[in-house]
Amino acid sequence: MNQWPVIQILLPLIAAPLCALVTREKFAWALAAIITWGALVVAIVLNSQVLEQSPISYQLGGWAPPWGIELRIDSLNAMLLLLITGIAAVVITAARESIRKEIDEEKIPLYYTAYLLLLASMIGICITGDAFNVFVFLEISSLSTYALIAMGRDRRALIATFRYLIMGTIGATFILISIGLLYQLTGTLNMADLAERLPALHGNRVMQAAFGFFILGVSIKVALYPLHYWLPNGYTYAPSVVSAFLAGTATKVSLYVMLRFIFGIFGVDFSFEVIQVQHVLMPMAVAGILVGSMAAIYQDDIKRVLAYSSVAQLSYIVLGISIASETSLTASVVHIFNHGLVKSALFLCVAAMVYSVGSSKLEDLSGAAKRMPWTVAAFAVAGISLVGVPLTAGFITKWYLILAVIEYGWWPLAMVLVISSLMAVAYVWRVLDYLWFKPMSEKVAAHGARPPRTILIPAALLSFTCIYFGIDTGVTLGAADRVVQALLGATP
Amino acid sequence: MTIESIAPALLIAVPVFVALLGAANMSRANVRDGVSIVGTILTLICTIVLYPATLRGENLDWVLLAPIEDIAIRLTVEPLGLLFATVAAVLWIPTTLYAIGYMRKNKEEHHTQFFFCFAVSIGATMGIALAGNLLTLFIFYEMLTLATYPLVTHKGTEDAQRGGRTYLSLLLTTSIGFLLPAIIITWGVTGTLDFKAGGILQGNLDPVYLPWLVALFAFGVGKAALMPFHRWLPGAMVAPTPVSALLHAVAVVKAGVFTITKVVVYVIGVDFLAETGAGEAMMWVAAFTLTAASIIAMRQDNLKARLAYSTIGQLSYVVLGAMLAVAAGVYGAAMHIVMHAVGKITLFFCAGAIYVHTKKTKISELNGLGRKMPFTFGAFFVAALCIIGLPPLGGAWSKWFLITASFDTGHWIMAAVLIISSLLNIAYLLPIVANGFFRPSEDNEKQGIDEAPLMMVIPLCVTASMCLLAFLFGDAIYSFVQLIPLR
Amino acid sequence: MSAYFNYWAVFALMLLGLYATIASDNLVKKVVGLNIFQTSVFFLFITMGKVGGGTAPIADSQYTLYSNPLPHVLILTAIVVSVATTALALALVIRIRESYSSIEESDIQAEDEAQP
Repeated sequence: MNQWPVIQILLPLIAAPLCALVTREKFAWALAAIITWGALVVAIVLNSQVLEQSPISYQLGGWAPPWGIELRIDSLNAMLLLLITGIAAVVITAARESIRKEIDEEKIPLYYTAYLLLLASMIGICITGDAFNVFVFLEISSLSTYALIAMGRDRRALIATFRYLIMGTIGATFILISIGLLYQLTGTLNMADLAERLPALHGNRVMQAAFGFFILGVSIKVALYPLHYWLPNGYTYAPSVVSAFLAGTATKVSLYVMLRFIFGIFGVDFSFEVIQVQHVLMPMAVAGILVGSMAAIYQDDIKRVLAYSSVAQLSYIVLGISIASETSLTASVVHIFNHGLVKSALFLCVAAMVYSVGSSKLEDLSGAAKRMPWTVAAFAVAGISLVGVPLTAGFITKWYLILAVIEYGWWPLAMVLVISSLMAVAYVWRVLDYLWFKPMSEKVAAHGARPPRTILIPAALLSFTCIYFGIDTGVTLGAADRVVQALLGATP
Repeated sequence: MTIESIAPALLIAVPVFVALLGAANMSRANVRDGVSIVGTILTLICTIVLYPATLRGENLDWVLLAPIEDIAIRLTVEPLGLLFATVAAVLWIPTTLYAIGYMRKNKEEHHTQFFFCFAVSIGATMGIALAGNLLTLFIFYEMLTLATYPLVTHKGTEDAQRGGRTYLSLLLTTSIGFLLPAIIITWGVTGTLDFKAGGILQGNLDPVYLPWLVALFAFGVGKAALMPFHRWLPGAMVAPTPVSALLHAVAVVKAGVFTITKVVVYVIGVDFLAETGAGEAMMWVAAFTLTAASIIAMRQDNLKARLAYSTIGQLSYVVLGAMLAVAAGVYGAAMHIVMHAVGKITLFFCAGAIYVHTKKTKISELNGLGRKMPFTFGAFFVAALCIIGLPPLGGAWSKWFLITASFDTGHWIMAAVLIISSLLNIAYLLPIVANGFFRPSEDNEKQGIDEAPLMMVIPLCVTASMCLLAFLFGDAIYSFVQLIPLR
Repeated sequence: MSAYFNYWAVFALMLLGLYATIASDNLVKKVVGLNIFQTSVFFLFITMGKVGGGTAPIADSQYTLYSNPLPHVLILTAIVVSVATTALALALVIRIRESYSSIEESDIQAEDEAQP
């Protein structure tokens, strides 16, 4: 039997405790880096296999589904695997220097342990075909995220983590309730099996309750407005590379769960015709886009700007899901991928700046371009992609989203998208104005120096991919096309 | 693959390459400046190469890449765009010479950044000129905005920062707030963004909505400086004079009016616009702008500010011409892009020469200076006449066509506005020359000729003679603009 | 109504827990509330596995009717998760107390606002 799916999870899962045993920072990093790059290789192998045969089904311990746990890889989660492991690999390469500066020496092996655990659990969420397993991995990923954020130097990281923990646990528990109710209804936890049995129960109130609990829980995890409160503080006070990793992957994985449950388990007919979830998701997404973008303009910390922009960008994806047409889903799926790259690139650039200047406040970073032009240039490239300038990755998704909206003739919604682009210009420009054109701050003058290549090159690499995927869209759009066909075709 | 087939791409690639090469040689000033000059000549050659095919009536097409199906980044050579590209390429040569002289004499800092952004701006301008669809045009339009921003704030003073902020915020807001929606709407109703002779909107858009779309386009192109979105232009005059000269007399502002003309001809369609009369409202806006700008220009004492407001007025001539939606109007508009470019660049060159040589920026300080700097003031006089539109200078042709077009379409008021505004042009341009030559100067220490550096005087004399040539070869230009397909 | 008494109990516990989590100012009380909330969900799972009249699921020919064991297994996992979460939350509270010398949220907020 093809063993790659299980290797994908086991690799980081086994390495994580090993990392905790290693005492030397250097070896811990090396182990984590090798494992993460290895995971990326496995993800690439799986992607090529999915192209030939989809889905790949792996029976854990040889127990056939629906009794045993099934690992199931189709084009959607193969893409997610590639995104997660890719970003993880790039971030960990950059992490070493930054982490040595931002985390106490003796905690560093534990940091890598939590990092690998987070990676393993996110892979697990994506790869599993079992609904309860999703909950377990979701909680593992949350726990390791809490640990990682709490490692931030600022004491506000602690309270931010605590609030995130409360919100995250409530969200996960809601999802657990939903899974419990589904089990009660059907007696199965296997996703494919659930999808087969649920259509017969469309009028059932328990199923509707399960759906309600799920949407509520996952909305917290996705940081959908107005449940986004935990995200900005978490990203701001976490160590910089942690923000880079989380911003690119964590919320994307939650969005994957949302897509998988809405389309793969509950089904399009139930979600959009019986329950009409679009009437809930769409207003929330629109509000998230506007409020997030607006808030991003007025932040005085560069990480906060990016965090609020994440709230807005995630709402784009949810908006695409709520429209649920072929075009809009393409936009959402591609944006999951593109925004992951863009945000990681931006946060890595910030990590580089924080490394040399020691602060992420805009005031402190003003004029940084004079000391680290390449870092700021990489930031600028990723920034214009965030705005959605043509020839960048961000444009592709905005274009498809606007297309989807126009298909239905929803001009006000198109206006919202244009206005939000304008606001994105404003907040990206404001940051660049500080970095590039304002006079140099004292901190930059005192500490500003070129950040080490190990941070700069990964950051520049990710920025480059933001351009690359804006020009060569064959890969992303092709994958998205297959994903969308599967999502919409999965329903009878 | 012939040279013709890749020339459109080269036209953009050469300036960008020059920029990169210049940046790589940042420590060697002579190499960098030499590269700039060679690049300008290569660019001009590239434009000339495009002429034979265009004269034969072929449209060279070059698809750079197509990120999304149906929407390519494409360059298409057509007469209007080629005309604009030629203007920019031709004027880039004297400007580069002039800029080298200006920057060295004036001891400005960050030469390399300056030349880098300058060359990138030219590349973006070429992209606008040759854009084959609205999306490509939009990309290069925004690129031009961003590339020129560092030039505007070059001095780094508080004033420059403020001017730069106005510049950027107005141009970005209008382009994303109005132009982008206009493009999206166009795409929404027609399913294509390609420029096509005769326009793409006819039959696809309910004429009731057309005036609104026209307004979105006209105001969205903030670079055309239609009131009330003109504030950026006077603000941008804090830039070094070569920048003001090329970018704010030629590339940036002309990119604006060029875009509007191109949209009228190739997207909306002249006939469709004429049938529906959708250009009427914008015509009035343009008429108001050109009158108001001329009146404001009269009250400016700062020479560059006066020229800036004069530019705002002259740009509206082009918009007005395009909105008349008749052949003579479009031809007049296209010709005015050329005529005003050579005239205004000369005026700015003169302003820069005066500033570099005497550090004077106020018009009231220029009394008697003409006797000291006869070449500069002579060139100023020639260019002023060109702007006013008196024969034997180029401006006469374009104004002639614009006024006849107004008469032909029965827009008597527009014709009157054009004539009155030309009178106002006389009122705000000629006194400068008259005072320069005939008024006694205030400091009588030195007599005799005391000109600006040769590197600056030669370019401005060259462009001044171009004003003359433009009149003499007006027929050739006219027969070329007649190639613009109107239906 | 009475046939569903278990669900009512679960429901009451759930609301109680949520209320405690959201309304209390003390961080430890928040953790307690979170625990009550999670426990209510465990009850939900356990009661749904119960089959009326069934015994424990022991593989013996004597018994034919037995409760569904799977929810119990699931909830064992969930309990482990919940314990881990609680431990982590309490560890955080300890560190918050060390650096803020308070575990009242309003105090912490005031301290943060006073010193940006």
